[in-house]
Amino acid sequence: MYKLRATILKDLQILTRDRVGMIVMFVMPIILAIVITATQNSTFELVNKNKVPLLLCNKDTGNASLQLVNSIEKLGMFQIQKIVSNETEEKLAKRIHEKEALIAVIIPPDFSNKVELNANATAIKALNNLGFQNDTLKMNQVTIQPISFLYHPILQVSFRQSVQSALFSAIQIVQSKKVLNKIYFLLNETSLPETLESNISNTNIAINEIAVSIDGTKTIPNATQHNIPAWTIFAMFFIVISLGSNIVREKLSGSFIRLKTLPSSYLITLFSKQITYLFVTLLQASVIFAIGIWLFPLMGLPKLNLPLDLMSLFVVTFICGWCAISFAMCVGVYSETQEQANGIGAVSVVLMAAIGGLLVPSFAMPESFQQIMKLSPLHWCLEAFYGLFLERGKLSDILLSIIPLLAITILFQLIVFIGLKKKNLI
Amino acid sequence: MINIAVSIQNLEFIYPDQTDACLHGIYLEVCTGQRFGLFGPNGAGKTTLINCMTGLLNYQRGSIKLFGNEVKNNRNEVNKLFGFVPQEFSFYQELSPIENLAFFGALYGMNKAAIRAKTEELIDVFGFSDVSNKPVHKFSGGMKRRLNLAIGVLNTPQILFLDEPTVGVDIHSRQAIISYLKQLNQKGTTLIYTSHQLNEAEDLCDKIALIVDGKILVNDSLPNLLGIYNEKGLEGLFIKLTGKMYRDI
Repeated sequence: MYKLRATILKDLQILTRDRVGMIVMFVMPIILAIVITATQNSTFELVNKNKVPLLLCNKDTGNASLQLVNSIEKLGMFQIQKIVSNETEEKLAKRIHEKEALIAVIIPPDFSNKVELNANATAIKALNNLGFQNDTLKMNQVTIQPISFLYHPILQVSFRQSVQSALFSAIQIVQSKKVLNKIYFLLNETSLPETLESNISNTNIAINEIAVSIDGTKTIPNATQHNIPAWTIFAMFFIVISLGSNIVREKLSGSFIRLKTLPSSYLITLFSKQITYLFVTLLQASVIFAIGIWLFPLMGLPKLNLPLDLMSLFVVTFICGWCAISFAMCVGVYSETQEQANGIGAVSVVLMAAIGGLLVPSFAMPESFQQIMKLSPLHWCLEAFYGLFLERGKLSDILLSIIPLLAITILFQLIVFIGLKKKNLI
Repeated sequence: MINIAVSIQNLEFIYPDQTDACLHGIYLEVCTGQRFGLFGPNGAGKTTLINCMTGLLNYQRGSIKLFGNEVKNNRNEVNKLFGFVPQEFSFYQELSPIENLAFFGALYGMNKAAIRAKTEELIDVFGFSDVSNKPVHKFSGGMKRRLNLAIGVLNTPQILFLDEPTVGVDIHSRQAIISYLKQLNQKGTTLIYTSHQLNEAEDLCDKIALIVDGKILVNDSLPNLLGIYNEKGLEGLFIKLTGKMYRDI
């Protein structure tokens, strides 16, 4: 026991004197968590709270185009800057390129006329089908010149698609109103009363957003709830840089020669490293969680809500940390140089994070990756953490994530043991 | 009481990536309390032989016994019998001399009180009093060599293996090291020593073995060897027996 205590003390002394190592272990993940959460949160707010700047050039003078402009304004997601109608597409493109706005919409000339014609055709067709009109009034649909949607290439596909969906809904409102008006006019020979038009076209059905949680609470998850667990896991596994190279450095240094000639097993040294670094991973998690709880709100970011079952959180963090350390020991034992340990360690953690769903949500991955992802310990860590943080579950609810994680950890330990035996280190 | 500290019988060792034996047909006996010098040109097999004796390398054939204990089979027991001062600096550069001695003392199985007493003695003997709490990476080469030796003798070993303990140090550190080794030997520690400093070896060793190409060429007391080969010093004897050609190509 005294040997183990002395070895732990030695490891702690070496660890605390390695300033670069401390920065990699603590400061980098904290910066990462803050930056990613802030970025994702601002993207969320850009779409949901802030208004996207939009250049709107209406080359049409008719009523339908004005209604369309009105509908776009009512969407509430754009900060509209109206552009004179004689502005060319090239000039608008230049203004977008200069980032005056990231989006521009050009309503073509004759838009209202064509919308009117098509509304007429649709209305007559509808009335014909109902037997209110005779065939002589039949009209054909005309082709409407498309509305141009100019965007800056930095806009991501998902964002462009959400803007386009909003524009489509605005166009549909205009078209539906026109058809409705026309049908009403053909039947009653008067215009559709405004109140009736409003009743028909405005939906009064709200969408109630409910986050499905195990404990029945309806806390709406935010960017912090998603990011803090993910980047905590990432930080814990990034301990491979410190621990992996520590093991290699010890193997290559003279101290290892002496360790092998002492009346104690190298297993004590490795056991001590596990305890020391497990403590470090738990400390990392505590620091990142604390930042999510106390610092994030001060920075204007959503607060981290800890799971209700704190014991489960401790158990999951402990197992994730142990798994990260076991992986780091594998890298350390099998690497011949520090460069190897750092390179293999860093790249493999990023790869495991990518296939494990930390960088891209697992549900968004191709089907072939859905199976490969199960090989990544980070995937099971994330599932377990999300079970607690997002689904508000208990330990029993996330057993199916913990069991594979433990299996992978034991496998790593076994690989370490085989490596030590093979290299005559134990 | 066994008066043979080290007994080697028909030792053969081959490195895993080589086909030719690095050591072959080695027979050697070192008595308790002796100051035994193992010499030879670069690449002759001195360090390999020391590493086999300390259990760092697993020999394929033959036997090495320290006080009657086969090195291969009783690693933990055998490791309690000896101290080792390798060529490399075998300590943690981030730690201070006191921290290094405390850690290695614990791993030798010493208790706190014994570690404290021995640490105080060694810090004083090797001149670390003013720097005992400073990290070792700031030390000079000579100071590091002295600390390397201090850790090797921490458990007051029955046998002390020294692989070029004075390489790259100034005269003051060398004298301090040699002087301490003699004191240690007077208290009963058997010394097994390799070096290229032949004048230092003449001063320290009372028995000498010359190893060339993995074989023991001669093994006797220094006066006997000088008499047999009609040489005045170890350097002349060394050149006479090994030739003037480079031996490590």
